[in-house]
Amino acid sequence: MASISEERDRLARATAAGAAAHTAGPERERLRLPYGWGYLPLGLFLLVFPLFAGEFWAMQIGAYTLILGIVALSLMFLAGFGGMVSLAQMTVAGCAGYFFAIFGHSSVEAISLGWSAWLSMPLSLLVATAFATMVGLLASRTEGIYTIMITLAIAVAFFYFTRQNYELFNGYNGFAQIAPPAFFGLDWRDPTLFYYLCLAVALVCYAAVVYLRRSTFGLSVQALRDNQRRMRALGYHVAGHQVAAYATAGFMAALGGLLLVWLNGRISPGTIGVGPVIDILIIAVLGGLRHPIGPFLGALAFVLLDSFAIDLIERERFNTVIGLCFLAVVLFSPDGLLGLWARARDALARSGRPRS
Amino acid sequence: MADVARDPVLDRQPLAPRPLPLTRRQLRVGGAVLAAVLAAAVFCLGLVAGWWQLTGQDKRFIATVLNGLTLGALYFLVASGFTLVFGLMRNVNLAHGSLYLAGAYIGWSVADVTGSWFAGVVAGFLSMALAGLVLQLVVFRRMEGQDLRQTLVTIGISIVLADLMLWQWGGQTYQFIAPDWIDGTVRLPLVGMGYSSYRLILLLAAAVIGVALWLFLNRTKVGTMIRAGVDDRDMLAASGVNVQRIFCIVFAVGAGLAGFAGVVGATALSIAPGEDVRYLLASLVVVIVGGMGSVAGAAVGAVLIGLAEQLGLVYSPTYGVVYTFLIMVGVLVWRPQGLLGRRG
Repeated sequence: MASISEERDRLARATAAGAAAHTAGPERERLRLPYGWGYLPLGLFLLVFPLFAGEFWAMQIGAYTLILGIVALSLMFLAGFGGMVSLAQMTVAGCAGYFFAIFGHSSVEAISLGWSAWLSMPLSLLVATAFATMVGLLASRTEGIYTIMITLAIAVAFFYFTRQNYELFNGYNGFAQIAPPAFFGLDWRDPTLFYYLCLAVALVCYAAVVYLRRSTFGLSVQALRDNQRRMRALGYHVAGHQVAAYATAGFMAALGGLLLVWLNGRISPGTIGVGPVIDILIIAVLGGLRHPIGPFLGALAFVLLDSFAIDLIERERFNTVIGLCFLAVVLFSPDGLLGLWARARDALARSGRPRS
Repeated sequence: MADVARDPVLDRQPLAPRPLPLTRRQLRVGGAVLAAVLAAAVFCLGLVAGWWQLTGQDKRFIATVLNGLTLGALYFLVASGFTLVFGLMRNVNLAHGSLYLAGAYIGWSVADVTGSWFAGVVAGFLSMALAGLVLQLVVFRRMEGQDLRQTLVTIGISIVLADLMLWQWGGQTYQFIAPDWIDGTVRLPLVGMGYSSYRLILLLAAAVIGVALWLFLNRTKVGTMIRAGVDDRDMLAASGVNVQRIFCIVFAVGAGLAGFAGVVGATALSIAPGEDVRYLLASLVVVIVGGMGSVAGAAVGAVLIGLAEQLGLVYSPTYGVVYTFLIMVGVLVWRPQGLLGRRG
C-alpha cells in the first residue's frame, strides 16, 4: 500500500509536469543555456586552452575536470532523467580502470595479462558496462530512496573487496605504471594530446546525452521518473528501461574510468573509496542535475577548489570546505550552480526592464 | 487537460484487492519463521563445519562464531536506530556511521577526563541523542517529505563531521579500557575454551536492549504510535498525534543508540577514522536485508551479516566481503522488501 502522502505527491508532480508541458514551460526554457553562437567562444577557448596554458593546467585541471565531468555526467543522466541517484558510478569507472590494468600492462606482472590495448580496452569497457547493468538489475528491484542505499552498499562493498583481494585486484597497493596505449603512433601521455583526447570523449558523451534527452528512450526514462505507475499502465517495461539507463550511464562512466586510470597511471582501492564515490555526487549536485553542462561546471568548481584551496586553508581541511559548499548548495540552491546562474539572469532581466 | 483530470482514476488502486492466499499476519509470522530457519541453517552449517574443525582440536571456529555474534550485536545496536529513523521518517541518514564514530570519540574523551568508563558510555549515548535531536529540529524538520534532499544533507553532514573528527582526534587508533571486573576471560562450559567476558556481556547487553526496544515498541503507547507511523504517517497525524514529537523521540533514541554502540564497540574493537563507513555499510545492508522499520528484521540481518563477515574473514580472507554482498543480493532478488519488511 502506497501511503496517502506519496499518492498525493505523485499526483501533484504529474499534474505539475503536465501543466508545465502544456503552457510551453517557461521554467524549462529559462534553464537552457544559449545554443548556437553562444557556444562558439567556449568551444574556441576549450580548443586553444592547452596551447597557452602550462602542462599542469592541461593535465591536472583541464583533463581532470573533463574526466570527473564525464563520470558525473553519467550520474546526471541517471539522476536527472531517470530519478535514480546511483552512487556506484565511480565504482563502475574504477571497475573499467581495474580491468584495463588486469587485461593490459602494469607494474604487477603476476596479475596483468599483458594483452594488446586493442583487446584490453574494449574488454574492460565491456566488463564495466556489464557490472553497471548488474547494479541496475539489483537497484531496479526496489524504488525511490532505496536506490541510493543499494548503490552505496555496492560501492562500499566493492571498495572493501578490492582492498582485501590480492589474487585479482592486488589488494591495498593496486596497480601502477598503467600507460595509455599508443594509438596511431602518438604518445598519448603528452599533456596536450591527452587533454584533446579527454575533450573529444567528453564532447561525444555530452552530445550523446543531449541526443538521448530527446530520443524515445530518453523521453521514456524521463517519464518513468515522473510517474512510474502510469508508464506501467501504458505498457512500458519499467525495470527494463531502468536497467538500460544504468547500462548506458555505465558505459559512459567506464569511458571516464579508462581516461582516469591513464591520467593517474595507477589505480588502487583509494580511487574508488567512499570519498571519490561521494565526490561524484557532490560534483553532479554542485553543477546541477537539470542540464548536461552542469556536471562539467561542477567538476571545474571541484577541481579548482581541490587544487587551490591549499592556498586559502590548510590542505587537510579541504573536505570540510567542500562539504560545507555541498550543504550550502543542497540547502539553498537545489539546482546547483546552473540554478544560481538562471536566478541571477532572471534578477538582471527583471531589474533591467521593469515588467508592465 | 483531459489526461491530467483522468489521472486519479489511473493512479488509484484496483477497486477490489485480490484476496491474499494468506492473511497478513500469517505472512509475517511465516516470514519470521523462514528468517529464523535461514539463520538456524547458517548456524547449523557452521556447526557442522565447526565440528570438523573441532575434531582437529581447533577451537577457532567457535571463537569465530562468537566474534560474529558480537559483531552482529554491535551492528544491531547501530542499525536498529537507522531502520527506525528510515521507517518512520523516510530519512536515509547517511550520517549514521558518523554518529557512531562521534559517540565513540566523545565517550573516549569523557572517559579520559573522568577516568570512568561508565561516564564514557553515558556521554556517548547522551551526546549523540542530543545531536540527533538538534539535527531533527534544526535541519530535517524543514524539509519533510523531500527524501532525496534530506539524504543529500546527511551526506554533507557526514563529510564535514568526518573531517572535523579527524582534525580533533587525529588519525591514530583509540581503545577503551573497560573496568577490570567486566574485562577478563571466562572459561566457556562444554567447549572448554576461554573467551573475553566483555564480549559476552556485550552480547547480553545487546539482547537486553533488543528486548527492551521490542517491549517499548509493542507494549507502550508511544511505541504503538511509532509503529503506526511506520505504516502510515498521515493517518497517524490525522488521528491527532503530535507527529513531530514522535519524530524527535525516534531520532534521539536512534542516534543515541549509535553513540552508545560507538563506546561499547570501541571497547570491544577499536576506533579510528574510517570506522564510520564500516558501520554505515553494515547499517545499510542490515536494513536492506532485515526490512525497513523492523527492529526484529534488524536483529536477524545484523546477526547474519556479523556471522558472514567474521566467518568470511577467517576462512576466506580475500573474499570475505563477498558473503555480505551475496546475502544482500539474495534478499533483494527473493524478497525486495527485506526479510521481515512489508511492502511499502
